Amino acid sequence: MPIDPVNLANVTISGILTGLVYGLMALGLSVIFGVARVVNFAHGEMMTMAMYMTVLLFGQLHINPFLVVIPVAVLFFFFGYLLQAKVIHPFITRPDHAQFMLLLAIAMIMTNALLIVFGPEARTVSLDSLLESLETGPLLVDRGKLYAALVAFSATLALFAFFRLTPTGTAIRACADNGLGAKVVGLNVKHLYAIAFGLGAACVAVAGCMMIMLIDLTPALGPTYTLLAFVIVIVGGLGSMNGALLAGVLIGLSEALAGLFIAPSAKSMVSFALLVLVLLFRPRGLLGDNL
Amino acid sequence: MAPFNIVRAQAAKLKVGVLLPRSGVQGLIGQSCQKGADLAPGVLKALLGVDIALMNADTETNVDTARTRAERLIQEGAHCLVGPFDSGAAAAIAQVAEQRGVPFVINIAAAPQITEQGYKFVFRNFPVASELVKNGLALTDELFKATGTTARTAVFMHVNDTFGQANAKALAAILPQLNLPFKLLETISYDPAAKDLTVEVSKAKATRADLLLLVCRLNDAIALRREIVKQRWNIMGVISPGSPGMYENQFFQTLGKFSEGCISNVPWFDPKLALTQSVDAAFRKQNPKDQLRFHALNVGYTFEAILIVADAYKRAQSTDAKALTKAIRATEIKTRMMIGAPLKFNAKGQVEGNLSACIQNQGQKPVVVLPGDSAEAKPVFPWTEYQRA
Repeated sequence: MPIDPVNLANVTISGILTGLVYGLMALGLSVIFGVARVVNFAHGEMMTMAMYMTVLLFGQLHINPFLVVIPVAVLFFFFGYLLQAKVIHPFITRPDHAQFMLLLAIAMIMTNALLIVFGPEARTVSLDSLLESLETGPLLVDRGKLYAALVAFSATLALFAFFRLTPTGTAIRACADNGLGAKVVGLNVKHLYAIAFGLGAACVAVAGCMMIMLIDLTPALGPTYTLLAFVIVIVGGLGSMNGALLAGVLIGLSEALAGLFIAPSAKSMVSFALLVLVLLFRPRGLLGDNL
Repeated sequence: MAPFNIVRAQAAKLKVGVLLPRSGVQGLIGQSCQKGADLAPGVLKALLGVDIALMNADTETNVDTARTRAERLIQEGAHCLVGPFDSGAAAAIAQVAEQRGVPFVINIAAAPQITEQGYKFVFRNFPVASELVKNGLALTDELFKATGTTARTAVFMHVNDTFGQANAKALAAILPQLNLPFKLLETISYDPAAKDLTVEVSKAKATRADLLLLVCRLNDAIALRREIVKQRWNIMGVISPGSPGMYENQFFQTLGKFSEGCISNVPWFDPKLALTQSVDAAFRKQNPKDQLRFHALNVGYTFEAILIVADAYKRAQSTDAKALTKAIRATEIKTRMMIGAPLKFNAKGQVEGNLSACIQNQGQKPVVVLPGDSAEAKPVFPWTEYQRA
């Protein structure tokens, strides 16, 4: 069946909007790896926890998810800070597999704790406004996705501004560029690593607050999005924030268009095909530094 | 070995291994089925005078886990197995049951190949996909006649797991034979675990079909219905020719007013039968805040699976696997709760004659609208949000 141009336009917009939320999620992973050189295998699980927190605040206190973004992000910043400073930091100098096992264990603890507390049934935020669409001529834009993408984009801009314009952000970039040099000039590297992890956790928390408005939530969601975050970060370039954002949009768009042109069940296949192509022909990623 | 065999045959209770997906993607449906298992010992003690001990296992909506759990239950002394709701898991457990020579009664699973393997220890009391689809499509035709409204075109969407593919194959084979008034424009498959169904629904909407035929699970049914609202897809209704999802409690709780009007042509209980009322009383006692009608199919077929093994145990007077299997094969139970013929297995271990009812969501609950004899309300088609051109 030939593709309707209006349908193509609607699907493209939807893919880009979803991709912006993916980009923010992956940005958190990129920040954590780029600065602290920690591969956060509990990334998706952290996002899942943020989603549950949003559902809880909405369900019990009837607080709109858009209003809980900042308090949840602040909470996750401190969570990420403490996790890095107290638990992960001793493993930075240990072999990679020790770090991997630690974070995997943290991921499993989070997933199973959520399963015990919330059970396996799917949860969601039911707001009538999320079922509305904005009409622009023949185009229909999902209101929930649009708002989620705008919040995700704003959070991304805020993060970029932090790293470019603040002294702490500059110090963190210095640590990322040369950890030893940063220590030599008197920067508190451990504290800055923890701040970076906290920022990464805050990013994924914001992404989670927005993601709950797009998809249903179960405790087992984490690993899927950890994997997706890795795909995006590798495609974009390890340690590259611009790359993570670009790749997020690219993956969101490719999933949508693959579903339209090939088959809906081929969405994930195209994301992984993109990953394979990048690894074969540009292993540093689209915007990463040379290996 | 003989003395040990004698000891085993004289066990006071029949140990029934219950395998259900109580977590994972199908967790809610598995928990619904579990309610049917939990009330079975009490009801069957009163009905048949037999003692049953349940050994529950969670398949986690995972085929490999289902296989492992089945092995474990048999090792721990289960005399028989029932379950597991899902066709993929049922196929895996059937292999284990056949290898270990332990009878396995499938509660709910529609893939036809499970009872086409020549297994001696595997039995199924649930319609196969072709029966489900045939009954479901026939009810769709009845629906058009009862409401005086016909859809001219339809698009078919289905999950691409074992169950969905079996249904799709059956639909493709049966639709041309039934001479229904609508033309099928396109078939779209999707991943049952997919979180975002925007593309799938937009493809379906682009066909400009009057009607959506849907073979789904629960979470995807909810996501799909939301997308239909968001994309302002003007269709006459959504009809499932035989799949779970749209009559489940979670569907109503999550979607509220948007659950109204959805139709599922599925096997269902007959509310007028005495056994249904006994099961309903036991259900209300165990679940005072719930209603059996939200779990009709899941509870009904799970209960009947345990009824079958309990009845066989009573006749066999033994928990020996061969004796139990022989008794199951000779089952003939006229007193049942689901709509259909008496429970009797054919040579392949399949019960024939399970029928479907047309269940429509009305007033935030599933009600029988067809066939007329069992109807609790009149069918509404097209649904209220349809806007005629």
